[in-house]
Amino acid sequence: MTAALLEIDHLSKRFPLRRSTLDALRGRPRPMLQAVHDVSLSIARGEAVGIVGESGCGKSTLARCLVRLHEPDSGRIAYNGADVLALAGDQRRAFNRSVQMVFQDPYGSLHPRQTVDRILAEPLAIHGVPDAETRIERALDEVGLGTGFRFRYPHQLSGGQRQRIAIARALILEPQILLLDEPTSALDASVQAEVLNLLDALRCRRGLTFVMVSHDLAVVTHLCERLMVMQRGQTVEFLSAPDLAAHRVTNAYTLSLMHASSGFKRAAEPGHLEPLS
Amino acid sequence: MMPLLAVRDLTVTFAAAAAAAAGPVRVVDGISLDVMPGEVVGLVGESGSGKSVTLRALLRLLHAAHIGGRVLWKGRDVLAMPDHELREMRGKGMAAVFQEPTAALNPVLPIGLQIEESLSAHTTLNAAARRRRAIELLGEVGITDASRRLGAYPHELSGGQRQRAMIAIALAAGPEILLADEPTTALDVTIQDQILALLLRLVADRGMGLLLVTHDLGVVAETCDRMVVLYAGRVAEAGSVADVFHQPRHAYTDALLRSMPGEGTARTRLAPIPGQPPSLGRPPDACAFVPRCGYTNPLCTEHRPPLIEVEPGRASACTAWNRLPARVPS
Repeated sequence: MTAALLEIDHLSKRFPLRRSTLDALRGRPRPMLQAVHDVSLSIARGEAVGIVGESGCGKSTLARCLVRLHEPDSGRIAYNGADVLALAGDQRRAFNRSVQMVFQDPYGSLHPRQTVDRILAEPLAIHGVPDAETRIERALDEVGLGTGFRFRYPHQLSGGQRQRIAIARALILEPQILLLDEPTSALDASVQAEVLNLLDALRCRRGLTFVMVSHDLAVVTHLCERLMVMQRGQTVEFLSAPDLAAHRVTNAYTLSLMHASSGFKRAAEPGHLEPLS
Repeated sequence: MMPLLAVRDLTVTFAAAAAAAAGPVRVVDGISLDVMPGEVVGLVGESGSGKSVTLRALLRLLHAAHIGGRVLWKGRDVLAMPDHELREMRGKGMAAVFQEPTAALNPVLPIGLQIEESLSAHTTLNAAARRRRAIELLGEVGITDASRRLGAYPHELSGGQRQRAMIAIALAAGPEILLADEPTTALDVTIQDQILALLLRLVADRGMGLLLVTHDLGVVAETCDRMVVLYAGRVAEAGSVADVFHQPRHAYTDALLRSMPGEGTARTRLAPIPGQPPSLGRPPDACAFVPRCGYTNPLCTEHRPPLIEVEPGRASACTAWNRLPARVPS
């Protein structure tokens, strides 16, 4: 693939674990947790890619590395051919603007003491974007809320409305890539449907590229054409959504993940939900 | 077999706030349900459907509200109990795990002490035995290195560990029924499965009944035997989880299941339920779902459809119960 918008190449990230003072004095090395291990992924412009996996498989760490909320230990990330990890100053700012993130919990990701107006104005101020007034109104319209919501506080909004504000905040800078970290898992089923419809409509209208992290295979395959399955920090399998729908899955881990999220039947044995690894 | 917990026509009414001129607000309006030993019952509904209030009413934890109906724990009416019996019942009969472990735990006491507090209230164990029991309980809920963790403060634990500690506290007096109010909602989705697996294991090991309040249909599908669907403070329908998922008997459940993404819905528009949930201020004498419903007929607005047994083990309060399409199993 030549026209990759975002190219992740052999990315690794480790976190130091705690060591006892005694071990530190003895000069023993810090134990490390390998959160992401040698992951490569190429994302084309306009594509929607899902990253799935269970507890602690490193999918959120990978997403955070992409926006440099974590600095990876090794590997390379290229955006439009440019090395993201080497960007500095204005170039880094431009990159930050073109890759925006929506987090899982809209209760935690919005400042409780700021109005919607101020929440949406902040990214514009940081990036020195003019016409804040019209952009804020347009962003609110675009996520289906309207300007009546502009001077409300997050506590005056429902969960679905808050997540719409979080999406508006991410879109107001007109990014190329939207990084979605479990965007609907905190929402009621019907509200989840509204937000997924909104995301899909926005993607079509703006030609956005999505990278979506989720544990919910149904949500991921609804929104994404392709998915990457991760386990213990490593890539296990790449799949297309039709492959998954037709159960054309080769990897045993992906299979167990598929069964775990197929719902409907209660597990015969209560131990079924025990972590898969 | 007698149910461990039988709820009959439970109502919860709050006196309206002084500012609003409206009358009293009935948040729970005639809920009935049973929990058998070893059974996992899901109480499902969207935000504001009255599910958490129901759970608190069962333990009489609501002080500002008027609670009507009957709550029978092994045949004894919890709502009519004198205080000393109530104290005995809470903990030994029913114990609760709440949504937000950070808010439910005391931040300035080590978790060991918080477990022992429950033990000293409900058992005759001496201090050394309480400590041993607290270590056992922490082990049982899957906290490793339990004897060292006794002295840990809530802020030193991760979210999942805090919820495990909460469960240990709830288990301390050996309850027969565990009430869990969105026990996994405040947690990272990836920790959810571990906590649910733990709850199911405890139910199986101890033969407890579990009443699980949740908004998450996926959680219900994975963990519950039976489910009770609430809408606007009333039971919309009840039945075994497999039956309800395969053949909904209430238009609300039907619409709710349709709004879920599933196989074959890739890149198609999902169908969210139109409109907003009703405000609970003044329930009309009609089905509360009418403004959002696709199966309305004149009967629905004439009077409120009662909850009737439509087939063995299935109850529905919908006039369209026999017109809803079956869902194709995945």
